[in-house]
Amino acid sequence: MIEEVFATGDSLMHRLDPRVRILAALAYSIPVALVSRPIPMILALVLSILITALARLQVKALFKRLIVVNSIILLFWIVVPFTFDGETIFEIGPLAATREGIIYAASVTIKSNAIFLAFLALVATMPVAAAGHAMQGLGFPVKVVTLLLLTYRYVFVIEEEYNRLLRAIRIRGFKARTSLHTYRTYAYLIGMLFVRSWDRAERVHQAMKCRGFEGKFYCLTQYRVSLEDIFFSVAMSVGVCAIGMTEWMIAIH
Amino acid sequence: MHISEGVLSGPVLLSGAALAVVGTGIGLKRLDYDRIARAGMLSACFFVASLIHVPVGPSSAHLVLNGIVGLILGWGAFPAILVALILQAAFFQFGGLTTLGVNTVIMALPAVIGYIALRPLIRKGGKWSIAAGFACGFLAVLLSALLVAAALIFTREDFFAVSWMLIAANFPVMVIEGIVTAFCATFFLKVKPELLT
Repeated sequence: MIEEVFATGDSLMHRLDPRVRILAALAYSIPVALVSRPIPMILALVLSILITALARLQVKALFKRLIVVNSIILLFWIVVPFTFDGETIFEIGPLAATREGIIYAASVTIKSNAIFLAFLALVATMPVAAAGHAMQGLGFPVKVVTLLLLTYRYVFVIEEEYNRLLRAIRIRGFKARTSLHTYRTYAYLIGMLFVRSWDRAERVHQAMKCRGFEGKFYCLTQYRVSLEDIFFSVAMSVGVCAIGMTEWMIAIH
Repeated sequence: MHISEGVLSGPVLLSGAALAVVGTGIGLKRLDYDRIARAGMLSACFFVASLIHVPVGPSSAHLVLNGIVGLILGWGAFPAILVALILQAAFFQFGGLTTLGVNTVIMALPAVIGYIALRPLIRKGGKWSIAAGFACGFLAVLLSALLVAAALIFTREDFFAVSWMLIAANFPVMVIEGIVTAFCATFFLKVKPELLT
């Protein structure tokens, strides 16, 4: 159920320094989330598609994710054009679609996909462990990183535990329905997960202490910024500037 | 419950991020190194449990469980939910970097409110703790929905109708969360009261 589909691979994106990728993702997605004009938005979408192509992701998995993201946006399209105030473009029965609503829905569609693809290409292409160490390298608080790495470590263990409990209740004839019994069963199952996690955490804590845990995990990878990293950073900066400039130019005209 | 990328305005994203930093800061301050393994384990537990889908009539809904996380972790809910959201982005690419702050606040603030307002009542035991448990689960989702609505309306007032629909659509989830949280809280009281201390 839980897996990192895109984390391993052999592409330019996978080779880049994780620190560079995280910084690039931040420096790129924040301005893209804020632009409001069509030209910079489309520019961003093109740039995102470009870097996604460079990441050479599994096509099938990529489209699966795209469908999920865009089905949420589809909900947006069903509601937003008919509820926003503005100039009416067309009517379906009592519902009137407005120009403002349609423009807004379109802008969300483009921006959402652009940011999503950039995240996919830049961040989803590294294992969470690498992301954690890179965050530490970038100066994120040690406690946040330690918590992230611990959580990542045990998500898989707990998922296994959950599957075990699920198997046990199924063997006793449990079937999920819309009933109080179902909700109670799930509540006790979740309760049991928490109780077992609590006990497990105690043992893990003791084991960590035995190994001299002092509050952080040490990263043994020596990150080095390569020529590719520098080229990529420059290219991304140019892209971000171009998006910002077009937004600004249109704003003053 | 989370808001997609590209929807919210700059000021809303920034305020969300600022609130998330403050909340996470408070949470981390109370989380010393002797408890970090426990917090990580409970975050992992929350992450897995929130993937569970329960049937609701002909459809299904996934559990949110921020009420329970609040009851167990208190202010620690902020870093725990932040980490869970980062993992969600990494594994499934739900949510993302720009909305991380807002989404953390949407889930964690109601959790902390439930912790402050309802946990003392739950710990008393008896009938009251069942009622308080239900209220905790129900209100956590309701408050999250209200925060989503606020984030949308502060972005554009046109979102008023959408926000109402969103709150109404989440009503069944609130009831289910209330039931699950009530059962879970009484379960903790019987089996492992330390979880609620």
